[in-house]
Amino acid sequence: MAGDSEKVRLFTRRAALIAGAQTGLFALLAGRLYYLQILEGGKYRQMAEENRISLRIVAPPRGRILDRSGAALAFNDQTYRVVLLPEQIEDFSDLMGKLGPLLSLEDTDLKRIARDMKNRQGFNAVIVRDNLTRDQMDSVAVRIPDMPGVDLDAGEVRSYPYGEVTAHVLGYVGTVSEAEIDDDEEDDDADMLRAQGFRVGKNGIEKAYDTPLRGEAGDVEMEVNAHGRVVQELSHRAPLAGTELTLALDIGLQQFVQQRLAAEEGGAAVVLDIRNGEILALASQPSFDPNLFTFGIGQEDWAQLNTDMHAPLLNKVVGGVYAPGSTFKPIAALAALDSGLVNPEDRTFCPGYYEFGSHTFHCWKHGGHGSVNMVEAIAGSCDTYFYDLGHKIGIDRIQAMAQRFGLGTKTGIDLPHERSGLVPSRSWKQATKHQAWQQGETLIAAIGQGYMLASPLQLAVAAARIANGGRAITPHLAKKIGGKEAVTTEGPLMGLDPRHLDIVRQGMADVINAPTGTAYAARILQEGMEMAGKTGTAQVRHISEAEHEDGVTKNENLPWKERDHALFMGYAPRAEPRYAISVIVEHGGSGAHIAVPIARDILLECQTRKGTG
Amino acid sequence: MSSLSPSDHLTLPARFRRLNGGMIALIVMIGLIGIALLYSAGGKHWTPWAGPQLARFAAGLCLMMALALTDVRVWLRFAYPMYGVMLALLVIVELMGHIGMGAQRWINLGFFVLQPSELMKITLVLALAKYFHGLSPEDITHPMKLIAPAAMVCAPVGLVLLQPNLGTALLLTFASAAVFWAAGVRWWKFALVLALAGLLLPIAWHHLHEYQRARLMTFMNPAADPLGHGYNIMQSKIALGSGGLFGRGFGQGPQSQLQFLPEKHTDFIFVVLAEEFGLVGALFLLFLYFLLIAYGFIIAWTCRNPFGRLAALGLTVSFFLYVFVNVAMVTGTIPVVGIPLPLVSYGGTAMLTLLIGCGVLLSISVHRDMRLSRTGINE
Repeated sequence: MAGDSEKVRLFTRRAALIAGAQTGLFALLAGRLYYLQILEGGKYRQMAEENRISLRIVAPPRGRILDRSGAALAFNDQTYRVVLLPEQIEDFSDLMGKLGPLLSLEDTDLKRIARDMKNRQGFNAVIVRDNLTRDQMDSVAVRIPDMPGVDLDAGEVRSYPYGEVTAHVLGYVGTVSEAEIDDDEEDDDADMLRAQGFRVGKNGIEKAYDTPLRGEAGDVEMEVNAHGRVVQELSHRAPLAGTELTLALDIGLQQFVQQRLAAEEGGAAVVLDIRNGEILALASQPSFDPNLFTFGIGQEDWAQLNTDMHAPLLNKVVGGVYAPGSTFKPIAALAALDSGLVNPEDRTFCPGYYEFGSHTFHCWKHGGHGSVNMVEAIAGSCDTYFYDLGHKIGIDRIQAMAQRFGLGTKTGIDLPHERSGLVPSRSWKQATKHQAWQQGETLIAAIGQGYMLASPLQLAVAAARIANGGRAITPHLAKKIGGKEAVTTEGPLMGLDPRHLDIVRQGMADVINAPTGTAYAARILQEGMEMAGKTGTAQVRHISEAEHEDGVTKNENLPWKERDHALFMGYAPRAEPRYAISVIVEHGGSGAHIAVPIARDILLECQTRKGTG
Repeated sequence: MSSLSPSDHLTLPARFRRLNGGMIALIVMIGLIGIALLYSAGGKHWTPWAGPQLARFAAGLCLMMALALTDVRVWLRFAYPMYGVMLALLVIVELMGHIGMGAQRWINLGFFVLQPSELMKITLVLALAKYFHGLSPEDITHPMKLIAPAAMVCAPVGLVLLQPNLGTALLLTFASAAVFWAAGVRWWKFALVLALAGLLLPIAWHHLHEYQRARLMTFMNPAADPLGHGYNIMQSKIALGSGGLFGRGFGQGPQSQLQFLPEKHTDFIFVVLAEEFGLVGALFLLFLYFLLIAYGFIIAWTCRNPFGRLAALGLTVSFFLYVFVNVAMVTGTIPVVGIPLPLVSYGGTAMLTLLIGCGVLLSISVHRDMRLSRTGINE
């Protein structure tokens, strides 16, 4: 039949069309496969590897910190902690309900855990609680089979056996903030920093030497399946422990100094070796317990530390600045000698005041010192002599000499948060106050008052540089880094005339040892151990600049705030100087009466104790 | 109509001789590849997938051979009753689903899980083939004559859509369209239907299930939600892409072996192949499918009766749609629609349905020279 054969032809044609279309679609699939497997193959291969391989960071043990004779000041303690392996958890809220009572977790803990669960990297565990007590460990251990996803894990925790004694030197460690990760100089460390429970130095030596103390993270490369279960370990790289750090600090002396200051409400003291700038003791009162920070400080403790009017978190040796007061007089004297404008033997008559223009400047001694030369003026701390001296040499020379001694700039000590203090000058006043320098201000500057500000460390460094014959040593705490001597130089000579230094040192020796000296009562009696130095009593109209700027202290509740700061800077023994010191007792009153006995006890301790070699 | 007399009834040995050996060999090869992949997907174990699949495949092959040797006129004669039974079963499982069996759309016969929507893919094609077989060329041009077959398509498609099983509905529709087209229905009628469908599309979208919409949206941008609906497709593409040219090796595909690949033993089995044997392996299997489909077309072209031609074409197009939709889906070329890879994916119902289809196709091949009257079995 014609119709039927037409039908067959139509069928054949149309079936061929379909066959053609299908062949085309097959070609499309083949092309798609070629695209995915060959053209994009590399990309997907990499994504498959990322799927498959999980990197678990193994945190390195932090380097220990030792004192000069090898006593451990900071080390790592074993601690047991409860961790979550999130991929094995069946019901998170149910699990927290079980763990909560066992570990007495608070709401803040639960919030942190939930946050860590969300932010965790790869398949790293999330810490529920660190530093378990024996009871907590046992109670969790027996219930682990009922709580999938919970595990006990041994970790390391930073421990400071000397607690408050070394808190201001060592600082403390804490968990890493995002900002710290962004700012970190070691780009490679980001993974380690993000690792659960990893801690970095937050203050003190721990912060200053954080990079060497950290060490290098190891890692374990694991093959995991889609549920996060480990299939096999692919590679293992052991972590490299952090470098061990030996400090110049003498822990025995440090304990003595911190305890000697403990009776005062606020103060600071620092002892350094005048030969090389090694810091043997550095104490700031009040102190705090760095172990509080180990597991994350509680809000209450944190609030208390931060609002305490005595600023326990502030290391006053480097971060507190005060008017140096009369302790500045030796430097002013050296400026005068250096200028050649003043003969040290020339005498100035002190009636108890100094008239300059229409102003009268008072000497601290009401009746006056009578006729004094330079040595006597230093010994008796005669303000009148130094008003006159300042008038003769002018602010520029005073400023230059102060700067040669390191005032007004950071000493470069290996501690964070050092402040530079202030040495006023004509240009400084013009720039900040838009006023010309007044001659009267030169007189005030000559006795270390007015605008001048210095940290206790700067005063100790100045004392050391006077005592060591004018060598610009740099103070430092680190002695050995990883067994290698930290680079120390003797310090370049400052270009001071030794005869000038002798005159000033004589004056400083007489401060203590001459009956006319301001601190005669607090001299060291042991022969060969006598000290020399200069007292200072800094007038305080407001609370100290440091506190003021840091905003940690409330003015109104300070009955002692109007009182003067008691200062002392000096060295011992006077004949062959070895130790330089500065002491400040905040609002302690008279330097001679308050600061000097502390300095005396410390310097005596330095010379009588063994081991500080 | 000049035709061979019923006396050209073939003896059993004669039928045996006329069996399409190349096609059977292809089916066996594809099935064995499937079993090998399930063995790999099971972590190189016969359990849980490869062993049962092998048993089913063997049983299915026997069934296929039995059907292949069956007289083609049986299919012609029982095309409507078989279609009717499947339609009735579709209605029954639909009602059962509503009465409280949840999403269950099958009947457990004990030895075999009967999924009416699967077998409907064969019976619909056979019923349509029988219908057009009975139409004269003049009838075809008559629009009224198309109402009955259109209804035959719409009824099961509607029921399957209700389940909801978008993949099967599309497959039924496309295979039926191919039969309509090959039977000689004018192209403008398709255009008309397409235009109508275009108008109905927004309404259909409105009635789609949330998860179906999500699948469509995921297809548009799988990276937007990599851990949700896009996860499957993303992991699938990673597995495929990482296979490269020669693959990771048998049983060595990390994506498959480490459970990143979802549904790796069923709808995503092709990805296991592509990951472990690379582009070469994937194209090899596609080529086998291409050959099998080519055999189907050759059977359709060489068949001397309209029923055989149309049925062979419809079954072949169905088979092609299985392959295309599945591979296109796992390669992220089209949205995810749950269609297994024929003869390879784990699963008894699909395997048996496909082998039954192949059996019918082989039977048509065996009887390709038989002429059948338009009106009945015997002239």
